[in-house]
Amino acid sequence: MSTDTDASETEDAAATAAGSVSPEDVAALEARIDELEDELADVRTDEGDDQGKMVIIATKGTLDMAYPPLILASTAAAFGWDVTVFHTFWGLDILHEERSQNLQLSAVGNPNMPMPNALGALPGMDRLTTKMMEKRIADNDTASIQELIDTSLDMGVEFQACQMTIDLMDYDEDDFFDGVTTGVGAASALGDMVDADVQLLV
Amino acid sequence: MSVDISATETLDVKGENCPMPVVKTKQAIDDLAVDDVLEVVATDSGSMSDIAGWADTTNGVELLDQVEGDGVYKHYVRKTE
Repeated sequence: MSTDTDASETEDAAATAAGSVSPEDVAALEARIDELEDELADVRTDEGDDQGKMVIIATKGTLDMAYPPLILASTAAAFGWDVTVFHTFWGLDILHEERSQNLQLSAVGNPNMPMPNALGALPGMDRLTTKMMEKRIADNDTASIQELIDTSLDMGVEFQACQMTIDLMDYDEDDFFDGVTTGVGAASALGDMVDADVQLLV
Repeated sequence: MSVDISATETLDVKGENCPMPVVKTKQAIDDLAVDDVLEVVATDSGSMSDIAGWADTTNGVELLDQVEGDGVYKHYVRKTE
């Protein structure tokens, strides 16, 4: 019973609302719909090429932490995305021609390492764990850092080396692989990031 | 199983691991013409989902089939544009 009452009240309310809509209101609404449809069409055009864009900020220079940005960059490039990797602080070492050949894995500070920190802190331990990891990488046919850098460059990945940290670390612009962009800073990174679909800090 | 798919080229990435099967597939596809079919032969089990995900997200390619057997994973990718 009460349902019937509710239904008739709703109908009355709808009739009242319909009666109060003037032709001007309808015209204004139609104009607004046209306007929004145009805007939507523009948005769709902008997304027309639907090419993804990714920016990674690479801040770490250990052997293990060099992999994620390089793997994601080369894979995103394989997707046809526009990829920029902005390297700063220790991340610069990945792009450094000489230092990238000698990235180390720390034996301390990683609880997953099968070695107590007290042992890991002994002289030569970082070199030992690095050698062990390098052997695993080779045995597993995992791509080397050099291979990932070369492939990424071939595929059009834009590698950038932060100028402030190049100066801070006392590196030279010529120390980096051919094709690496120098003379860039936080503003250019942010400019790229604001347009990107994926932004990562590694 | 999918003997009816005739590949234009075969890419051998046996022994290679993530991300190289996908990356090399992309590079090989770039060198092909529209409607050519690339056969990718991999041993990386992750290539099954990686190449499917890549083909799904990437414009201009279509994954025709994936066949698994004897530790080898074969992927057939057609270039569509």
